[in-house]
Amino acid sequence: MDATYAFLVRLVPEIAGWPTWAIVALSAGLPALVLFHFMALAPLVYVYGERKIAAFMQDRLGPMRVGPYGVLQTIADAVKLLFKEAIFPRGVDRRLFVIAPLLVNVGAFLPFVVIPWGARLQPADLNVGIFYVAAVSALSTVGLIMAGWASNNKYALFGAMRSAAQIVSYEIPSLLIILVPVMIVGSLSLQDLTLAQAGGLQHWFLFRYFPIMPVAFVCFFVAGLAETNRAPFDIPEAESELVAGFHTEYSGFFFSLFFLAEYTEMFVVSAVSSVLFLGGYLAPHPALQQIGPLPMGWFWLWFKAWALVFVMMWLRWTLPRTRVDQLMYVAWKVLLPIALVLVVLVGGLVLLPATADGFPWDRWVGWPLTLLVVGFLFTVMIRALQWNRRREQELGLPAHGVAAAGQLPR
Amino acid sequence: MDAGAIHDALVLRFGERITSAELEAGSPFAVVRTDAIAEVAAFCKAEPALSFDNLMCLSGVDYPKQTPPRMEVVYHLYSYRHRHMFALKVQLPRENPAVPTVEGVWGVANWHEREAWDLFGIVFTGHSDMRRILLPDDWEGHPLRKDWQDPEYYNGLHVKPTPQMVERVLTGEPIGVGPFDFTPENRHVEEP
Amino acid sequence: MSAALPGAWISDWDKDSLDTDEMVVNMGPQHPATHGVLRLELRTDGEVVRAARPHIGYLHRCFEKHAENVDYPGVLPYADRMDYVAAMGNTLGFALTVEKLMGIELSPYVQTIRVLMAELQRIASHAVAVGTYTMDIGAFTPFLHLLRDREKVLDLFEWTCGARLLYNYNWVGGVSHDLPDGFVRATRDFLREFDSVTFPELLELIIHNRIFVKRIANVGVCPPELAISHDLTGPNLRGSGLARDLRKDFPYSGYEAYDFEVAVGKGQYGPVGSCFDRNWVRVAEMRESSKIVHQALDRLEKMEKTDVHEKVPKRVKPPKGEIYFRSEAPRGQLGFYVVSDGGINPYRVKVKSPCFAAMSAFHHLAKGMMIADVIALIGSLDIVLGEIDR
Repeated sequence: MDATYAFLVRLVPEIAGWPTWAIVALSAGLPALVLFHFMALAPLVYVYGERKIAAFMQDRLGPMRVGPYGVLQTIADAVKLLFKEAIFPRGVDRRLFVIAPLLVNVGAFLPFVVIPWGARLQPADLNVGIFYVAAVSALSTVGLIMAGWASNNKYALFGAMRSAAQIVSYEIPSLLIILVPVMIVGSLSLQDLTLAQAGGLQHWFLFRYFPIMPVAFVCFFVAGLAETNRAPFDIPEAESELVAGFHTEYSGFFFSLFFLAEYTEMFVVSAVSSVLFLGGYLAPHPALQQIGPLPMGWFWLWFKAWALVFVMMWLRWTLPRTRVDQLMYVAWKVLLPIALVLVVLVGGLVLLPATADGFPWDRWVGWPLTLLVVGFLFTVMIRALQWNRRREQELGLPAHGVAAAGQLPR
Repeated sequence: MDAGAIHDALVLRFGERITSAELEAGSPFAVVRTDAIAEVAAFCKAEPALSFDNLMCLSGVDYPKQTPPRMEVVYHLYSYRHRHMFALKVQLPRENPAVPTVEGVWGVANWHEREAWDLFGIVFTGHSDMRRILLPDDWEGHPLRKDWQDPEYYNGLHVKPTPQMVERVLTGEPIGVGPFDFTPENRHVEEP
Repeated sequence: MSAALPGAWISDWDKDSLDTDEMVVNMGPQHPATHGVLRLELRTDGEVVRAARPHIGYLHRCFEKHAENVDYPGVLPYADRMDYVAAMGNTLGFALTVEKLMGIELSPYVQTIRVLMAELQRIASHAVAVGTYTMDIGAFTPFLHLLRDREKVLDLFEWTCGARLLYNYNWVGGVSHDLPDGFVRATRDFLREFDSVTFPELLELIIHNRIFVKRIANVGVCPPELAISHDLTGPNLRGSGLARDLRKDFPYSGYEAYDFEVAVGKGQYGPVGSCFDRNWVRVAEMRESSKIVHQALDRLEKMEKTDVHEKVPKRVKPPKGEIYFRSEAPRGQLGFYVVSDGGINPYRVKVKSPCFAAMSAFHHLAKGMMIADVIALIGSLDIVLGEIDR
């Protein structure tokens, strides 16, 4: 907010003379507006990305017709959903039916207040930052239950109950693991958490106390995945079992609101994971932090969050769905004990003066590991492309099936 | 065991309740008296030499023009142990056909007998769940009988096109549904 | 008025004895996971199913009545449409039955073509079965990979006889079209990819995946006695541990000359006879079918060609008599009971469809499982409503 105020005053010096409430409204409202628009339009890109990623993993092409390579597909879908009739089935509680998607969206958008995009590029640096995030994202649970109840539909109620149980169960290991970086830093503020990882990739919390923190990262990511109802934990929206779970009865605009909320929550979970473990807006090497006059912090946070969103989508299209009781088993009997052990372990390690700054081999682990993983992914990609080309040459067949190119040998 | 031996074993046990047999047919069968079928079925399954643990198929057949006019229920049996097959038949009168159920012997008979009731009207006495299985629950009649006539209406819908509708089509009036017009000029003919 | 007998109306089983905690949940005819129009009435206590009642008949198209009104070759297109996912098996079964009744013997060339087509159809049918099953469990990708390979099989069929799904290929006395030139090479290309890429990927990606196994390995266990009593056949029976396959026990159409194994459920991850075992049998059968196709192609290359229509009679008029003949369709034993009175039209055609028997065991298997497991159970029985309802 201060940064915005300084910027506005430089542009239009008269603002300094305005009454306080006007100044606050402008310098807080303007970034909020910009951020909100940005984040509300982002799901358009996520949905397109998901459809294309799913298609390529399933050996098909995905949207190709609407716009070049189908880039306008999501816009077309959004427009269609806006024009669709919003059906209110008989017997629904109209007020709750309408409020439910709004509440879910509130729970998804509020965490953006504290996500730091740069050293001073943050709507509000609350000193209880991470705690605020955890508290506020629980609002969406209330919205989900409201949606299931107000729908007057057994299946929707099933989905809502399952969803509530799932989210509440996975919040506990998630919060416990949040404690781990907080203990290392000693502060709940997201800005402090990011700055404690300064100095390059080797200082990120992911490589601290190696191999303890990577375990924490994986557990946190899994818990976050379960909180956003994504596969393999998407029992509440299990398509083949309950049609669409708690949002079965929603159509048109309200359905698109649920969609919006889901993708925004995915981004929030990824962004928070990046801040906690991957260094937030810090570049892997300090030299890349500022390219000329342009600060690159926002780019790096965006890049890391997007990479994690990609991993979420990757998991969705690969793994089958766990059953409800198996889901609960994982939360309570696997993640929770691991989280408790981690808290105690890291807490002890932080207190001991010898390991207060991490294990001695931490600084040498970061770059090799990253390069290994990135290199592996690269080789897999290259080999996949080469396989296609080899297939065309060896077998004399087009890469996508005999009849697709109309080339049945006659 | 071959068909002759199986037949002998059945006759040995049940005497004249096995009324006749035809062992040269494509699927050899023996005709059993109607009231004895449940016992014969249980014997076929339990007797170690026969051991017919699998009911392959249970069919109803309608023979109105034979002498005497009758309906038959044919049981095709198979033994997983001995790998031999045999068939049993019961012959029922065409009015109020009734035969004891064998669902206690082979579980699959439950559904096969429901189908025979549904399509032929054969009542299986002692069946736990005698209701229609393939046709709608409010259907009237038993269609696979040879003297079946289609009803004119079912729940207010025409079952067959009426002669008037057929005439209108033959005179070329477009009586098709929606954009599909089935009049003779508009039929699509493939060029050879 | 001869509808149901009194006291047997549809839903009186629950209204009086319904506990206050119990709920009647309808997985109605329109549901993404019931493979076809099937209505399941479940009586549940929370998530646990206390009783299940399947309602069929939504796809009844009066096959048996039609069969009495058309001539024998005219029955074949109707037969195709019963199990529309594996249509080659239906016409094969009926053609073999009538040929047995008439005493027609076919040349080895035609028999090899029939075996080839039947086994390719088995691969395609199991691809659909396993693919949709994994999709029901929640993994969307194997479905598309398997369907991609099924498309290649369907391309081969379209090239041979012009149809992708309902072929009317096996005629009484022969087949409808001879194999085109280059068919052997195209099939070998397809099999090369299937054996080296699709099949190993399928095993790695989903079959041995921990989540998949945990979902289905302890669910829907069918003991062998229940399987035999309810006439479960094919992969459903072999999943319960019994190695019974008509292609080995009562071989037809030259199957005795082929070398392949019968896939049996071994209880790798749970009790024998679970949903995993039935699914596993289908997966393993795809590999065995691929072996058979390789052998059939080898034999075709060395065999002399005969005219595929030479034994097709001008008018199919079997002598008076009756016969019951069964063949191993991808879903189980498909049985045809044909009664002939010496005329042009059959007197009676009764079809024993394997899925019909499998559904009759459904309510025994579904007691005590959770609703999510009901989905797993239906998929593992691999039902096609067209065959159940005919």
